[in-house]
Amino acid sequence: MSEALKVEDLSVHYDTREGALQALRDVSITVPEGGIVGVVGESGCGKSTLINALLQLLPENATIPAGRITLQGEDVTRAGTRRLRQMRGQEISVVFQDPMTSLNPVLSIGRQMRDIQYRQQGSRAAKDSRSAAMLGRVGIPDPVGKLAAYPHELSGGMRQRVAIAMAALMRPRVLIADEPTTALDATLEVQIIELLKELQQEIGCAILFISHHLGVIAELCDRVVVMYAGVAVEEGPVADVFLRPGHPYTIKLIECDPGKLKEKVTDLPSIPGSLPDLTDPPAGCIFRPRCDRATEICATPPPRKGLNGAHWAACHHAKVDKA
Amino acid sequence: MSAFRHTLMGRLLADPLAVFAMAIIALLVVSALLADVIAPHDPSAMNLADRFASPSATYWMGTDNLGRDTFSRLLQGGRIALYVALTAVSIAGLIGLILGMLAGFGPRWLDNALLFFFDTLRAYPTIILALALAALMPRGLGTVIIVVVITSFAEYGRVVRTQTLSLKNAEFILAERAMGASFARIVFHHILPNVLGPFFILAAMNLPVVITIEAGMSFLGIGVPPGTPSWGATLKDGFDYIRTTPWILLSGGLPLILATLGFTFLGEALRDQLDPRLRKTR
Repeated sequence: MSEALKVEDLSVHYDTREGALQALRDVSITVPEGGIVGVVGESGCGKSTLINALLQLLPENATIPAGRITLQGEDVTRAGTRRLRQMRGQEISVVFQDPMTSLNPVLSIGRQMRDIQYRQQGSRAAKDSRSAAMLGRVGIPDPVGKLAAYPHELSGGMRQRVAIAMAALMRPRVLIADEPTTALDATLEVQIIELLKELQQEIGCAILFISHHLGVIAELCDRVVVMYAGVAVEEGPVADVFLRPGHPYTIKLIECDPGKLKEKVTDLPSIPGSLPDLTDPPAGCIFRPRCDRATEICATPPPRKGLNGAHWAACHHAKVDKA
Repeated sequence: MSAFRHTLMGRLLADPLAVFAMAIIALLVVSALLADVIAPHDPSAMNLADRFASPSATYWMGTDNLGRDTFSRLLQGGRIALYVALTAVSIAGLIGLILGMLAGFGPRWLDNALLFFFDTLRAYPTIILALALAALMPRGLGTVIIVVVITSFAEYGRVVRTQTLSLKNAEFILAERAMGASFARIVFHHILPNVLGPFFILAAMNLPVVITIEAGMSFLGIGVPPGTPSWGATLKDGFDYIRTTPWILLSGGLPLILATLGFTFLGEALRDQLDPRLRKTR
């Protein structure tokens, strides 16, 4: 299987008054053609920076000191402005987190969906019928009537379906889903996940699914990358990473999942400490200040220890799977 | 008919305030267009025997110090007022709209440069600038329009820039960029419809202000040439004789009040209808 999207040793720094903020450090992610890869991590782990870097829509003060991003074999960090515009939408497309703000409030759904088809040939009517067909496909009742509706007239779940329909309408090779279910309630979450799965089968695109919700990742993805403070700390097939986590951060993250709780507690579990200052990250392992297994060796950069096949963790203490 | 109800005009007609506003504006426009037909007297004809006549069946709003019929002069003055207001607001609005969107969505240095420019212009008091320009340029409507454009486009620019800036980082703009939309496509297809609402209300509310500026410049003697019928000139005449014949001033102010009310109400109705979130009915 060839790679739809390949991120190699990507670093992204932001110039700030306090110095260079190292938002991403040596992150590598590979999404195979037609595969679904999850990225999981708490707020501030660099998920948004990663998305903006993939789209080459980083803020003005961001620099990419090292690394390559290859989309369908083409290095996007070297692509010109024109080529990038072509690639956005056609080859890579995004479903954003908050369906309340990801649609233009003053334009009707139909107008927005027609608008994104500006590259395609065809009459207005043809584009509108394509939009309506896609709205019907994502499970919106009365799709033709909904073309005249404005975003504020739809519920959150409906809007997220519209956003997915818009992203799918472009038939991208890679679809980035940026926490598309976070703003929705649990029943809708399942429906949206199912919808993404179906669309992925139909369009044959690859999905990079970004979330802090472990359950959703486990449900949807083949592989998962665990990120902490701009560093990929563990990667592997979903079952391996969640059942036999190798990195202490992944272990803590799974322990903190409220879905794992078996009895009532007054305080939800959390990881003590807070994210390190990324303008001056600790030497060696990035998780060392919060890790209860840290020893002296952790002050040196941890190796990527292969645990079992494609499953690895960046920790000195990770043990090779016996299973 | 059901399709018409969802067009802008259809929705405006369903709004009593908008109907009232449009009725006033229609009255002003029709009377200005048909001024020659409606006017009971020649607006420039002097009838010294009937100086300072009170309102009567012959002179509906009385006559001025030269015995000219005030009603006929106000009808003619409406032409000038509407012409100046519409031209000046369109030009100033268009300049402000374009510069404002550029400032809001363009690079930082352009924003700073344009803001500096806007603030410099806005710091000038309108009347002082008008007096200065009037001293340099020939007296006439062209000068009035230029003065209004120079003093007011920065206001549109400011409002449009603020609106654009608040949209610049909106997720739907990021989504559009992620879909590969170009700078022009984002500005004209996505930013523009979002800023048009506040822009139109500002423009509609500025129309009467422009009419008063024209009246004010004519009042100061730097507007239209002497003898030309204008609302401002009528007000000035009325002001000179306010102790003996107050109706000249009163009738001179009437069209100004009507125009202010009509355009302000229209602006508010437009704002409610242009922003789909403020619409009461679908």
